[in-house]
Amino acid sequence: MVSLNHYLVLSGILFAIGTAGVFLRRNLITVLLSVEIMLNAVNLTFVAVGRYLNTVDGQIITFFVMTVAAAEAAVGLALVISLFRHRETLNPDAFTVLRW
Amino acid sequence: MGYYAFYVFAFIAVISSLLVVGQKNPMHSVMLLIASFGALAGLYVLLDAPFTAVTQIIVYAGAIMVLFLFVVMLLNVPREEPVIVPASALLGPTGMRIGVLLSLLLAVEVVWAMTRIGIGWFSQGPGAASVSSVALIGSGLFTRHAFAFEATSILILVAMIGAVVLARREHH
Repeated sequence: MVSLNHYLVLSGILFAIGTAGVFLRRNLITVLLSVEIMLNAVNLTFVAVGRYLNTVDGQIITFFVMTVAAAEAAVGLALVISLFRHRETLNPDAFTVLRW
Repeated sequence: MGYYAFYVFAFIAVISSLLVVGQKNPMHSVMLLIASFGALAGLYVLLDAPFTAVTQIIVYAGAIMVLFLFVVMLLNVPREEPVIVPASALLGPTGMRIGVLLSLLLAVEVVWAMTRIGIGWFSQGPGAASVSSVALIGSGLFTRHAFAFEATSILILVAMIGAVVLARREHH
């Protein structure tokens, strides 16, 4: 039988993988993708605990998280495009100065 | 049956997420992330959440990943440039090691915390079926969570305007 803990551990592993991506990668697009992995790990926790407590609230929160993720991706990618136009690179280390 | 399905989907999700972080080519990363999202949708089906599974496929794999693919193709930077001269010791190979250590620490910590709560078995029977009801999700969304729902629409509007303003080409 698969218990709640299986899902929680899987979600913890996925979250750590996403964090590792944010720490280790030198590419703004991959960093954004890693943030999506982290958001999905949290979604999995919400749905699993919602199933455990027999309530639909977990799925409703997941719905809102997805909406926020979509908004975050849109704004984040617009920022990436804007930064790439100015510096011709996606390396976050190139954007350490607070001016163009 | 559900036991094996869980492990198959969990394996796909973890391996493809690891490969997303390990890939040098952003295009491959996006494709692998779609595979990871598909596996998560399978897990949602196992958790009696078909609505969330379908939303995951349509919104995440369909809309958000297409947005990422569009930007990857638009910018056309196939490879990550190698780190030439690390600006400080924290950004070099040592920094990589610190990052790996921190993430491993986080993984151990989160897994430890989440196994401390004791084994939680999912309830079976008639009560469990109510979770998969789309009608209940809809009524919850539009009654108890109506304010959050409306606030979300404002958020989407703000994000839309923000994306247009940020990505606009400036004419000097």
